[in-house]
Amino acid sequence: MLKLIRPAVSLFVVLSVITGLAYPLLVTAIGRAAFADAAAGSLVMRDGKPIGSRLIGQNFTSPGYFWGRPSATSPLPNNAAASSGSNLGPLNPALLAAVKQRIEVLRAADPGNAAAIPVELVTASGSGLDPHISPAAAAYQLARVAKARGFDTERVETLVRAHTAHRLFGVFGEPRVNVLELNLALDAAH
Amino acid sequence: MTPHDWLVIGVYVALVVAITKPMGLYIEQVMEGRLPFLTRIEGAVCRACGCNPEREQDWREYALSVLLVSLLGAVGVYALQRLQAFLPLNPQNMANVTADSAFDTAVSFVTNTNWQGYGGETTMSYLTQMLGLAVQNFLSAATGIAVAIALVRGFARRSSVTIGNFWLDLTRATLFLLLPLSLLIALVSMQQGVIQNFDAYEEVATLEPTSYQNPRVDDAGQPVKDAQGNPVTDPAASATQTLPGGPLASQLAIKMVGTNGGGFLNANSAHPYENPTPLSNLVEMLAIFAIGAGLTYTFGRMVGDTRQGWTLFAAMLIVFAVMAVAAVHFEQRGNPAFVKLDVDQSASLLQPGGNMEGKEARFGIADSGLFAAITTSASCGAVNGMHDSFTPLGGLVPLFLMQLGEVVFGGVGTGLYTMLIFAVLAVFIAGLMIGRTPEYLGKKFEAYDIKMTSIAILVTPALVLVGAALAVATDAGRAGVLNPGAHGFSEILYAYTSAGNNNGSAFAGLSANTPYYNVTLAIAMWFGRFAMIVPILAIAGSLAAKKRIPVGAGTMPTHGPLFVVLLIGTVLLVGALNYFPADALGPIVEHLMMTAAP
Repeated sequence: MLKLIRPAVSLFVVLSVITGLAYPLLVTAIGRAAFADAAAGSLVMRDGKPIGSRLIGQNFTSPGYFWGRPSATSPLPNNAAASSGSNLGPLNPALLAAVKQRIEVLRAADPGNAAAIPVELVTASGSGLDPHISPAAAAYQLARVAKARGFDTERVETLVRAHTAHRLFGVFGEPRVNVLELNLALDAAH
Repeated sequence: MTPHDWLVIGVYVALVVAITKPMGLYIEQVMEGRLPFLTRIEGAVCRACGCNPEREQDWREYALSVLLVSLLGAVGVYALQRLQAFLPLNPQNMANVTADSAFDTAVSFVTNTNWQGYGGETTMSYLTQMLGLAVQNFLSAATGIAVAIALVRGFARRSSVTIGNFWLDLTRATLFLLLPLSLLIALVSMQQGVIQNFDAYEEVATLEPTSYQNPRVDDAGQPVKDAQGNPVTDPAASATQTLPGGPLASQLAIKMVGTNGGGFLNANSAHPYENPTPLSNLVEMLAIFAIGAGLTYTFGRMVGDTRQGWTLFAAMLIVFAVMAVAAVHFEQRGNPAFVKLDVDQSASLLQPGGNMEGKEARFGIADSGLFAAITTSASCGAVNGMHDSFTPLGGLVPLFLMQLGEVVFGGVGTGLYTMLIFAVLAVFIAGLMIGRTPEYLGKKFEAYDIKMTSIAILVTPALVLVGAALAVATDAGRAGVLNPGAHGFSEILYAYTSAGNNNGSAFAGLSANTPYYNVTLAIAMWFGRFAMIVPILAIAGSLAAKKRIPVGAGTMPTHGPLFVVLLIGTVLLVGALNYFPADALGPIVEHLMMTAAP
């Protein structure tokens, strides 16, 4: 037993230093040199100031912006300092109530739109910070955004298409629209 | 199931098949000390640490070494959490973690479980994450690999007293296997957008202000409640967003490749900083299975018959593929309660549709359902969508995969050694049917070996079922439940299943950061890990000492389709017999309620 303690302690210390200090520092150094933008959080700048991250969804409520996925973070939606999903089960009455309330808000913002609402617009994302919506969810909001901004729908459609990413090799992931970048482009189009 | 769903699963399965042989060959070269350059390094490290690389250990000493390193790790992680406020690399001034939570987390990471009662970005300093949690991600994974290799040596050797040198095995697995793979994955992840820095969280002005209801707290920091018991809130507005930082890419990489699964951030691999793109997601999914799949080939090589390895691989792959299809199928069907609300859940070229609660738009249904099956086949436990919000049967898939003992590729090392135990049981059952002493790979299994096998197979169901039953029967246990009805029971059952099988994923609605759950889950994790490892090393020692009997006319072949079926049957039989009654009370009842709802 005693003869095992020395190798146990020394090896634990040596491997801790290598995997717990040297390795993350090396990755940080490479990150800073080769992937500086991503390693720092993929910040989006406007007028020289960060206005968010391309990867982190923000909360939008005015009709002239595209809205992202509902967020269940607390105390406020899209709280990037405390990511979380709702964890509501499929039969939980609280889930149904939340979905109904989201439907009401969407309908109230766009009374003329009778289309079925894409499921992503009424269900909370896993992280509470989903930066994307599906092209269907963007299409649902297109007329509302165009009207609020006084744009042709074609003009908004072009912007949506420019901010749509596709599946990897046509297989993995889903087609998706980056909401923050799209909204920044809308603002810039004025 | 859409054609796209089938395609995703099919391509992923093909990629797993493709990496198995190269991974297995490399693991064999490393773990058997065949690469001269690496053996010089490991020898030097070993000697510097006061061990003799030429000297092997018997199973008792090997097991004692495993326990010692694990104990040291637990003490280290506990101390770092309890002292983090006084230590460097803590730009957010995170407070010291409470004793019960720190204990739970220390056991969790040392046992390769990575169950998390805490939220990473709101609890842990950067130093605790990298020097405490990430180090255990490496060491617990390397320990699993070492034990698996020791067991395989037991099969491969004859009349040998020793099963290897744990110090050497630990060094090899850590430095030559986990470290280079992690570095590679960390670089790809950063290229895709995963963060890696030591900066304080950055507060940025958002495009639009957010108004919300802020819960009121009293002077003691407790939420204020009104006469009805509802929390009192005040209207508030925020014009900023606080973006987290930290050395994430380095920790993410080992979290996947070591099948640890503990997220740097609370939302784990659903968080866009922890899994930003479909490519990062694919890399994470492949990383989970890479070593577990490779080890089946390593096993075949080491026992001198690669067909034996492919047989285990085939049994694993078949169970996995069926379960992955089931998960995606049930999630794609969506939530029937939404239909009458005029919500569009149909899949099209423009949207994935299905049950999107708790899922991310970039992953949709196929990549989320597949990920859930992968992470619970292996003992990973990272999630890219919230299992608690899965449909009842979609959520039963990850639950049942864990209940099978995580033998479907499984944790690194743990998957192989647990599957080998099931193979022994399959041979034993077949032996009983034809009245012969069971033998596997030329080794006769006698009373002692079968006793140890039984312990290894029965210890987790006992921990899981007793743990869940106690939690359901006590106020402290029931207090943690978020969802009402059968789903609440599923949350508890899932927690103990995850802990006992060292998975770490959760039905995360359960408020598990309480003294009751922290202590009981830690007990389940500790014994779920080491009450398996010790009997398995005992079997390794017993087998190594035996002679190898030549194959005769009466030997049952343990390769080929017949044995694949027998093995799958044994795994399913044991899993179903142990857990069906409990599962029936949770997900199955919930499914019946969902489909019967008007």
